[in-house]
Amino acid sequence: MAASLSQALYLATFTSSASKPSASPISPPSIKVPTFSPLTVQPLSSAFTPNVAHVITLTPHATSTPSSIPSDTSTTTFHGLCYVVGDNIDTDQIIPAEYLTLVPSNPAEYEKLGSYALIGLPSSYATRFIEPNETKTKYSILIGGANFGCGSSREHAPVALGAAGVKAVVAESYARIFFRNSVATGEVYPVESEVRICEECKTGDVVTIELGESRLINHTTGKEYKLKPIGDAGPVIEAGGIFAYARKTGMIPSQ
Amino acid sequence: MASSVGFPHPMFCLFNNKKDLSPSAFASTSQTIYKCKKPVSKNIGMVMAPQQSEHKPATTGSVKSPMTMTEKILARASEKPQLRPGDNVWVNVDVFMTNDISGPGSIGIFKKEFGEDAKLWDREKIVVIPDHYIFTSDERANRNVDILREFSMEQNIKYFYDIKDLSNFKANPNYKGVCHVALAQEGHCRPGEVLLGTDSHTCTAGAFGQFATGIGNTEAGFVLGTGKLLLKVPQTLRFVMDGEMPHYLLAKDLILQIIGEISVAGATYKSMEFIGTTVESLSMEERMTLCNMVIEAGGKNGVVSTDSTTFKYLEDKTSVPYEPLYSDAQASFLSEFRFAVSKLEPLVAKPHSPDNRALARECKDIKIDRVYIGSCTGGKTEDFLAAAKVFLASGRKVKVPTFLVPATQKVWMDIYTVTVPGSGGKTCSQIFEEAGCDTPASPSCAACMGGPKDTYARMNEAQVCVSTTNRNFPGRMGHKEGQIYLASPYTAAASALTGYITDPREFLQ
Repeated sequence: MAASLSQALYLATFTSSASKPSASPISPPSIKVPTFSPLTVQPLSSAFTPNVAHVITLTPHATSTPSSIPSDTSTTTFHGLCYVVGDNIDTDQIIPAEYLTLVPSNPAEYEKLGSYALIGLPSSYATRFIEPNETKTKYSILIGGANFGCGSSREHAPVALGAAGVKAVVAESYARIFFRNSVATGEVYPVESEVRICEECKTGDVVTIELGESRLINHTTGKEYKLKPIGDAGPVIEAGGIFAYARKTGMIPSQ
Repeated sequence: MASSVGFPHPMFCLFNNKKDLSPSAFASTSQTIYKCKKPVSKNIGMVMAPQQSEHKPATTGSVKSPMTMTEKILARASEKPQLRPGDNVWVNVDVFMTNDISGPGSIGIFKKEFGEDAKLWDREKIVVIPDHYIFTSDERANRNVDILREFSMEQNIKYFYDIKDLSNFKANPNYKGVCHVALAQEGHCRPGEVLLGTDSHTCTAGAFGQFATGIGNTEAGFVLGTGKLLLKVPQTLRFVMDGEMPHYLLAKDLILQIIGEISVAGATYKSMEFIGTTVESLSMEERMTLCNMVIEAGGKNGVVSTDSTTFKYLEDKTSVPYEPLYSDAQASFLSEFRFAVSKLEPLVAKPHSPDNRALARECKDIKIDRVYIGSCTGGKTEDFLAAAKVFLASGRKVKVPTFLVPATQKVWMDIYTVTVPGSGGKTCSQIFEEAGCDTPASPSCAACMGGPKDTYARMNEAQVCVSTTNRNFPGRMGHKEGQIYLASPYTAAASALTGYITDPREFLQ
């Protein structure tokens, strides 16, 4: 019973329907739905209201322009499957240098970048981030360890993740330039965790991130984790990125 | 190896103040100011200057809180008398640099946000340097250089180091090569200024006593239109290196020592300030090597004080006036690390992290397949002179393919014209040829980051490489299973001669 409820809830978020999740699973057209085995899923915590209206839908980008981070973060949640990586994932692993000839501001090349996201991970990662012959990932939440996004300043890194379908990254800590690029582009929401969530979650777990509550819920294990508030980047994110912030504060004229 | 680490820890006052330490924020002395060692104060906000808007007569230098070099540079650039770490300020940019892999995306954003007909904030403050994927048949890579050209012509950009004839770099008189070395050689790095570039190794320019850091395409698009960026003032970590530099060590060994000490995230969001008698003895190129790998420790920027070495280097390169800034004696640093350089030994960074430090001599059983000498980190004239010194001392031939990639046209010229001391008048190129190295290649970033499949010296098989470059994460030079050992040019050359990772003391007596 608990398994089918969480399965239905999970599926409902893919269908962008504002209505309450129905009991019968619906197959969304473009996402491969993972089959749930009868897991011993903990009952959903009472604080988590399955109000689909507040959930960010996880359909892949309908357009080729980057999605912007929602500026009102008090009710923003992200929900979906997570993919777990370790410490010091550098931008060469996120998007290897040979793909940097793709220009992110070019819509067709933006999509192509997405298809190569995390292709640089070593073969020790048994589960691929993007299936062969696919161009989008089924994992909308990326969970990392310390110093996520270190190395090269290539903005192609958060862009590739965003183009692939990642909505948010939850890492123990970030490298500076990657964090700034994520905020500036709005491609992925960079969240910081209090503990090493990368050791608590496994690839394929169903998670929810509630920004307003600063909380991550792992539905597969039933555990909850505290997240850190966004900090100084908050005003820039709230405004909708560096350009919007500059316009809002009068630094550059409105368009 | 002597190093002390502390957060914070008591320090020793080894130096007397050498010069009057004026509290004025913009004192231009020509000597480095040493901080007389006091316990690091965390209460840097204790003595606050009056706010700018109050216009009190007391707002003179004498009531300002002491600031570090980075804080001062950002204060001046944001037109504020006083800044503290943590402040977010809009900073005026003096020079903005972009290259072929990040330029097109930055231009795209600039046009999208400011309009197709938008004009750059200042056509003389932008330097456009194609350098990453140049000598390749990859059509997109070639197209990206064309995009740079189109934009540079449309905007009448003064400094665009163009290349059109890919078959012969010498046929392109304006082409330079690796952006960070070109910036220095062409006089775009000046003390006290703010330099931003769309490449993480922009921090290299901190060697000139300026604030220099890397940014992404979106922020670059913003800078192109406004000439400003919102920056957060970082705390500063101080690295003190004293003593005469042993003849078998290079700046690369010093920075590998530091990164190994503090880890790849040890300086995240921090400024790294390098001082000490050893640092003062370093040439500009060696200081550039030091600052180049600041990003490998996660650092925001690196700085070396401006001194006579800097002035001399800049003499024939720029006539733009500049005003150096120096850390106040009483400035607060988050932590200080001290190294007795005479006790250090040649190092490598083992796969797959720049902080995976090991003594070169302890890796002597590791068989290697190739050696790569090049990049902004280890492809400057002095890096090649250093490698030549080892080959000369040995007199033997290399045992593995040894790839030489000069960073710029100037470096390439130097390899063919500069004579190596003690060689009886031989040039580097002659010594390289006698040692059996590959012919020096066309100047560019080449295989430091892999690149398109036909990039010169790209690692297309799972091999073991000793490299003078800056990163060794999985797949960095091409093949995911490639094993990259980062090292100094001395160590790289020594290893080439034996076919194993080799401490250069085997050859340098």
